[in-house]
Amino acid sequence: MIEAGALGLDAGSTTVKLVAVDEAGTMVWHRVEETEPDLTSQVEELLESTRKLLHRVDELPLIATGYGRGLVKQAGRKVTEITCHARGAYQWSGGGGTLIDIGGQDTKAMIMDRSGAVTNFVMNDKCAAGTGRFLEVCARRLRLSLDELSSTALSTETEVSISSTCTVFAESEIISLIAGGHPVPEIVRGLHRALLGRVGSLARGAGLRPPVMLSGGVAQSRAVRMLLAEELQCEVKSFSEPQLTGAYGAALLGLA
Amino acid sequence: MSAAGRLRYLFGVHIAGRAALRFERLRSEHKMRSRESWRHRHLERPLDVSPRLKELISRHYLTGRYANGARKVAWVTSGAPIEVLTALNIFPIYPENHGAVCGIRRTAEEYCKHAEAAGYSRDLCSYARTDIGSILSGKTPVGRLPRPDVLICCTNICQTVLYWYQVLAHHFGVPLVIIDTPFLYREAPSHAVAFVKNQIEDSIPVLERIAGRSLSHGRLRDVTRMSRDACELWLRIVESGRMKPSPITAFDQFIHLAPIVEMRGHRYTVDYYASMLRELNTRVGRGMGALKDERKRLLWDNLPIWFRVRWLGDLLAERGVSLVASTYTNAWAELADMIDPERPLDSCASVYLHPILNRGTGHKLETMKRMIDYYEVDGVLLHSDRSCKPYSIGQLPQRESLSSEAGVPALLIEADHNDPRSFSEEQVRNRLDAFLEVLGV
Ligand code: SF4
Repeated sequence: MIEAGALGLDAGSTTVKLVAVDEAGTMVWHRVEETEPDLTSQVEELLESTRKLLHRVDELPLIATGYGRGLVKQAGRKVTEITCHARGAYQWSGGGGTLIDIGGQDTKAMIMDRSGAVTNFVMNDKCAAGTGRFLEVCARRLRLSLDELSSTALSTETEVSISSTCTVFAESEIISLIAGGHPVPEIVRGLHRALLGRVGSLARGAGLRPPVMLSGGVAQSRAVRMLLAEELQCEVKSFSEPQLTGAYGAALLGLA
Repeated sequence: MSAAGRLRYLFGVHIAGRAALRFERLRSEHKMRSRESWRHRHLERPLDVSPRLKELISRHYLTGRYANGARKVAWVTSGAPIEVLTALNIFPIYPENHGAVCGIRRTAEEYCKHAEAAGYSRDLCSYARTDIGSILSGKTPVGRLPRPDVLICCTNICQTVLYWYQVLAHHFGVPLVIIDTPFLYREAPSHAVAFVKNQIEDSIPVLERIAGRSLSHGRLRDVTRMSRDACELWLRIVESGRMKPSPITAFDQFIHLAPIVEMRGHRYTVDYYASMLRELNTRVGRGMGALKDERKRLLWDNLPIWFRVRWLGDLLAERGVSLVASTYTNAWAELADMIDPERPLDSCASVYLHPILNRGTGHKLETMKRMIDYYEVDGVLLHSDRSCKPYSIGQLPQRESLSSEAGVPALLIEADHNDPRSFSEEQVRNRLDAFLEVLGV
């Protein structure tokens, strides 16, 4: 049985993440699942399954974050992703800078001071342009996994210019580009460029401050990291488990 | 004007209507007084003058209901020079204010859809769609709107009104008076003031013909004085937001704004605001805020989200956040000292050239920075209003300047003042929650 000090649950629009930290703030256990339509039961089952693994689960402080945080009735506190991502990233990086989280429904750029406090943040506007959903939809249309999407983008140096960052229009643009005989890698690289151009202007709008850190599942993509570094003309760092940043930060808030 | 119409008006408005509204007000006042304890957890009790506000607004629409056949009616834009109209006893209807009532009463969406079905684009301002839809469907939450005898459209708020009022002129087959106000990038050049003044002067014979009487300059002076007095009082009311805690929130101001827009130039409006100011001063004297526990203070930019005023007010109050000022309600206050009753037409031309929407985005940024200092706010909420392009343009760079130059965080909220279909509760709540966490509440 694992000894934990607090739990953090990130109920995102694509995945649900549960993280346990010990009293020293080290991640001691985690689990990631795809978000199910019935989030309330999913969370119940998820917590139930931890009973066999973690000591005194019911006594541990639980902090919920993410879109579905309002549905996590077991949580002692509900905190937005902005605060949680920043807290997690600060613990891992040990300093301030710009944290970019490309999520399933939202992309956020947060400016953190040296003590890790968020001084400013910007989120994408209402639609899914510039979010992780954009890459997901494109990957599905091209019948590629997200990993393959990254390696495909990096397999070429040339790219097609994609005019739309609208998730819906991009899909039809892909179809017509393929029909026009453009090679898939060039299209994929162009799609990354379009997405990251938008993410870049979001970060600049928040008042970009190096170093740049990337959190969220999309940060696992090497193509995203490399092309974002090109876009922002500075190094882009990530963490070993970027998709857990929010849940990890939530758990850390539970320790305080 | 028919004798029957006048009789109906006299009875409906002055006898039965007034008595009923007065009775209603006395009942509400009694209820407010006798209520042992106000139960809201975060908000202090509403102002004692509130029932009078309700009475004023109801009387305004009641007058409108019986106006046709008894009084001449003008439909006017919110920034139209109405002192001449009032002096000629022409009754004004403000489609924008009526639109706001429809927004608050949640009927605007239905009217917007009606207008869209008739071919009006969803990109058109939702006030215009609410108004056109209300006319086409014949529906309104205020009973009945009178037909206009004349339309007055002043372009000092946007260009949308120009086309919207042309639609109205075509629909009702009545004259349309356009007052064109050149856009101001800096101070108004004297030729711009003269240009506007000429247009107002040119409109006088048209309006005199419609009113069936000639303009009395003494009366115009009195009306202008009353306009100025009301605007000065309104200025002091909004400025009371400077106190800590603030005795009034911008949400209260949104509601109490109606008389300064629709009923300027009347003694009862001046009296109303004088009572309101007295009450606010008493609250200030007692250290009583609009919120029971004011922890942070914010500034609001743009029109309210009419269909969510209450929701947003509660959400902020719960966290001890008071919206102490807004550029929107300030717009009817900041020009008070420009109004000169001794030079009614000249000062009118100047005043109606200077609304915030008729000036550059740089001016708005400066206004916000000034307000941030004056009201000592901790942050700014910028409502990016899908409908109102002139108010929303420039907010992105303004947001950046506010944080980098004025040193306060600002949040952009995407919504619409009247169309709930352009509003996503979850998204707005999520952003607000994050913003409030950044502010430390
Ligand atoms: S566009 Fe803006 S200024 Fe023009 S009528 Fe609509 S809300 Fe008013």
